[in-house]
Order: sequence, then C-alpha cells, then structure tokens
Amino acid sequence: MSGFLTWLSMGKYAAYVWPSFGLTLLVVVLNIHWARRSFREAQALARRRLAMRRSES
Amino acid sequence: MTWLWFNKLASPPHFYRIAGRWIPWLAWPAALLGIIGVVWGLAVAPGDYQQGEGYRIIYVHAPSAWLSTFTYTAMAVTAAIGLIWRMNVAHAVSASCATLGASFTFVALATGSLWGKPMWGTWWEWDPRLTSELLLLFLYLGYLGLRGAIEEQSRSDRVCALLAIVGVVNVPIIYYSVEWWNSLHQAPSVMKFGKSSMPASMLTPLLIMFASGTLFAAALVLVRARGEVLRRERAGNWIAAAIGANATASGREGE
Repeated sequence: MSGFLTWLSMGKYAAYVWPSFGLTLLVVVLNIHWARRSFREAQALARRRLAMRRSES
Repeated sequence: MTWLWFNKLASPPHFYRIAGRWIPWLAWPAALLGIIGVVWGLAVAPGDYQQGEGYRIIYVHAPSAWLSTFTYTAMAVTAAIGLIWRMNVAHAVSASCATLGASFTFVALATGSLWGKPMWGTWWEWDPRLTSELLLLFLYLGYLGLRGAIEEQSRSDRVCALLAIVGVVNVPIIYYSVEWWNSLHQAPSVMKFGKSSMPASMLTPLLIMFASGTLFAAALVLVRARGEVLRRERAGNWIAAAIGANATASGREGE
C-alpha cells in the first residue's frame, strides 16, 4: 500500500505529473468524440441530400 | 504504379472505402501501444537522476509536441497537393488535420508549462521554442477561423491551403530553435544525429508513445476526412451505397 502511495506521489511532482496525463487523456477522448460526431453529422447530411434528390425526381 | 495508386486515392469513393478499411488497423494498435506506453512510462521506467519523477511528463509532452508539428506538416503537404493537382480529397484531408493539430499543440504547451514550473521555476518563458510553438497554435486557430469564415468551398480550400503552406516554415523553426538561439528549453534528447542521449529503459516507452500518437492521429484524420468527403460530394451516385453500407455495418466501419 505504501509503495502504491509513494508511486502516486511521484516524488514531489504529483501536482504536475497527474494533471499532464489527465489533460492528455481528456484531449484524446474529446478528439475521438469530435471526430465521430463530425462523421455522423456528415452521414446525416448526406442522407438528407439523398432524400431530397429522391423526392425531387 | 505509384502514380496509379495516387490517382486512385484522388477518387472520393475509393478514398472513402480505403480510409474506412485502414481506420481499425490504425486505431487498435494506437490504443494498445498507448496503454503499454503509459504504464511503462509511469510505472516501469526508472526515475531521472536530476528531475526525479517529474521527468515522466515527457511521455505525454514530447509525443504531443511531435503530433503538433507532424499534423501541421501533413496539413500543409495535403494542402499543396490539393492546390497543385486540384484534388478535392487532398483538401478534405488537409481540413481534417486542423482540430487535432490545434488540440495537441495546446497539450504540448500546457504539459510543457506543467513541467516548466517545477524544473525552471516558471509556468511560461518567452523562449524561442515555446514562442514558436505558441505561434503554431495561432496558425492552427487562424486556419480553423478561415475555414469557418469562408462559405464558398473552393475559395476556402485555396485560402486555407495558402495559409497552411506559408505557415509550414514555422515547423523547422520550432525544431531547430533550441540549436539556433540560446534557449531555456533542453536540446533534442530523442534523436540527436540519429543517436539518443536517453537510456533505452526511458527511451523505449517514449518511442512507443510516439508510435501510438502517430497511429492515433492518422486514424482520427481519416475518420474526419471520410466525413469531409461526404460533405463535399453533393451528387455522387456512390454515396447511397456508402451510407447504406454504413447503415448495415453500423459503427464497425470508420468509427
């Protein structure tokens, strides 16, 4: 247990190391979310365009 | 053979299909390498004799900085291809790089700041490396602003391509700033004339993180580029089949 706590404390640098890794993880997750949302929106737009073309013809 | 492959990639349906196939082959190894790199970097690699455990920030800082310049270079190269060969797919790929690049430039600056405070005693210094990296963030933000401001697609592509190409001059400045000027930032320790100044026990997880970041960026750019290609193709007959294929594959392809 104390070994784990020692590791968590990162020497005296826990306040700098963990926010760095946390921020990076957050940005990774946000980028995945943004990319997937952007792709889904593009698909929905393409579907709407197709439906419009079909209704016009 | 190379030209045939290049020309085929310029075709939106071909690019859409090929990108969809590549994404899982890039994303899953990126995730696996990312987990290995983080665990190795945080728990297995030894502490630094000068910086103690604080040096471990390098495992997210250096790959983020690499992604910021790598993504910008990719954005500029694809913009140039789009401009020279009038290749719509290349413009779509170029546009897909900006958000990812901007966010990792921000991460590089923020984690650099988190490293700088305990090591240099300051959150920020107008150092050549830091200033040129900040300029890169402004270039990305300018590019994104221009994309949003110009509605006409072809004009937006041309103007943004010019900005990306002109701005790429900042990439070698970022890299060589620590050698050209007196800099507080340390000199490159990973690749110094092909030989690293880091021991293998510290270098290996860092290289794994570089590989993970590169694969991750490539996968995400392809996901975004597929969406961008769909947005740009207003009348392509292939779209119905592509969307239909996606509907049946629901989430397996491209996501």
